[in-house]
Amino acid sequence: MTEPLLRARNVSHTYSRRNRVTPALAGVSLSVQAHEFVCVVGDSGSGKSTLLRILGGLLTPTSGQVQFEGNTVRAPQPQIGFVFQNTNLMPWRTALENVLLPLELRKPLADQDRERARAALALMGLGKFADAYPSQLSGGMAQRVTLTRALLQSPALLLMDEPFGALDALTRERLNQELLRICHDRKQTVLMITHSIQEAVFLADRVLVLSGQPGSLQGIIPVHLPRPRTLEMLTRPQAGALISQIRACLATGAKQAARQ
Amino acid sequence: MKDSSILFPGAPADDGTDPAPPQTIEQPAAQTRRKAGRVRDWIARHPALAAFPFVLSAALLLWEALVRWQDYPVFILPRPRNVLHKALAMAVDGSLLRHAQATVIEIGAGLLIGLTLAFLLGYWLGRSRTLDRILSPYLVASQTIPVVAIAPLLVIWFGSGLLSKVLVTTIMVFFPTLVSTVVGIRNVDPDLRELMRSLRASRRQLFLKLELPGALPVIFSGLKLSVILAVVGAIVGEFVGADQGLGFLINLGRGVLDTPMIFVAVLMIVLLAQAMYWSVTLLESYLLRWKQLGLKDGD
Repeated sequence: MTEPLLRARNVSHTYSRRNRVTPALAGVSLSVQAHEFVCVVGDSGSGKSTLLRILGGLLTPTSGQVQFEGNTVRAPQPQIGFVFQNTNLMPWRTALENVLLPLELRKPLADQDRERARAALALMGLGKFADAYPSQLSGGMAQRVTLTRALLQSPALLLMDEPFGALDALTRERLNQELLRICHDRKQTVLMITHSIQEAVFLADRVLVLSGQPGSLQGIIPVHLPRPRTLEMLTRPQAGALISQIRACLATGAKQAARQ
Repeated sequence: MKDSSILFPGAPADDGTDPAPPQTIEQPAAQTRRKAGRVRDWIARHPALAAFPFVLSAALLLWEALVRWQDYPVFILPRPRNVLHKALAMAVDGSLLRHAQATVIEIGAGLLIGLTLAFLLGYWLGRSRTLDRILSPYLVASQTIPVVAIAPLLVIWFGSGLLSKVLVTTIMVFFPTLVSTVVGIRNVDPDLRELMRSLRASRRQLFLKLELPGALPVIFSGLKLSVILAVVGAIVGEFVGADQGLGFLINLGRGVLDTPMIFVAVLMIVLLAQAMYWSVTLLESYLLRWKQLGLKDGD
């Protein structure tokens, strides 16, 4: 096996605020191979978002370490892109200007960058809305803009924190399909956090189950469904078995947490 | 990855299957509208402006009627005509312009200094909660001192020239903008701060691309108050001791019982304050045009 793109070794994190100490993560080790789509499933409070922020260098873990392309991550990396649950677009920038923000922070913009961003938006089905402000976009469109913003930097790794969590089920399904297609075409490596087991099975090559308080890895479940994936595959017995397996994993973690 | 990697070939040309089309202004077909229709549209959009001539005429008529009915002497309540004559006379001999100019300079300098200080300190306090906790009690306490009460002191210390008025104006202007800057900087969306951090924005980029535009809507509310207070500050300063300015004209008018002159000075002050307030409002609606939905694209 080749050296993984991202590797976390024994990562633990504890929040301490005003003499109250809350352990969030305990001894999480994981790795993500290049071109892999990994989903982390966990119930609320299992430290999913904490894990993602640590992996992306936004948060320094209390113990353990994260390596990206062989180097220890201590700060945000240029090669790691984020998509958060809240769309976090700047309301005073148009969709196009929002998409251009990461490039703008790195160097003065050229006309070519604008064209590139416009083309990318058009391919996300937002061609007509490039000059619209975020308040004029629906939730699904806004999330497409954030996705475009993250992809335009061509990050080696895309970290997504429940990116479509705030959207309605139908929009979410459609965006998941688009996401899969894009990732397949670009051979994009993704680590995505979700609380939907179906979503994880539909998207991922491997599903990591995070559970308990503090959260720890309860299992790593490979998904051997063929690609390209279709929603219909979720109704197959194979998918059903995976879903129950993940659910069982989550339950063990919850039981352990209850016993403590 | 090749440059063409931005092209996501698999993505369908989505035909806006997402609901909620953007709001757009209805573009009236100008050619087909009659002129009367356009006037009506304008009135519907600017009711206050449209009503203004009527309100003004009614006020002037009432004023005239009151003077005729009570038969007040000019030094108690002049007629609108007296005031107009006085204004014209003062405009012709240049005294109106000279005094107005003096006041404008005081306001301008006071605003420049006061706002600069307020922005700098406000940004600092907005960034550091500790500093805010240390300094805020003093800043709030300082506001309980009426400026009118310390204006004489400033005149004693700094003379009856330009400096003392500029200082009074500075003090007046400072606080509202300070508070709004602190609140504005503090209310910048923490998610956007995190985004900027994940994009490894520099300190300067964070300020220019996030904090400033993010705080601007709140800052403007303080700014509007500040420009009005700037006029009050300059006039108060002139009341206490001055040899020119619109406030000085009011003092002078009171001394020699030239009531029309007081009216002229007051009217000038009102015009000045209005002009400043509306300039700020215009600037606001230009800079914050993203807040108005239905804006045409590409602006």
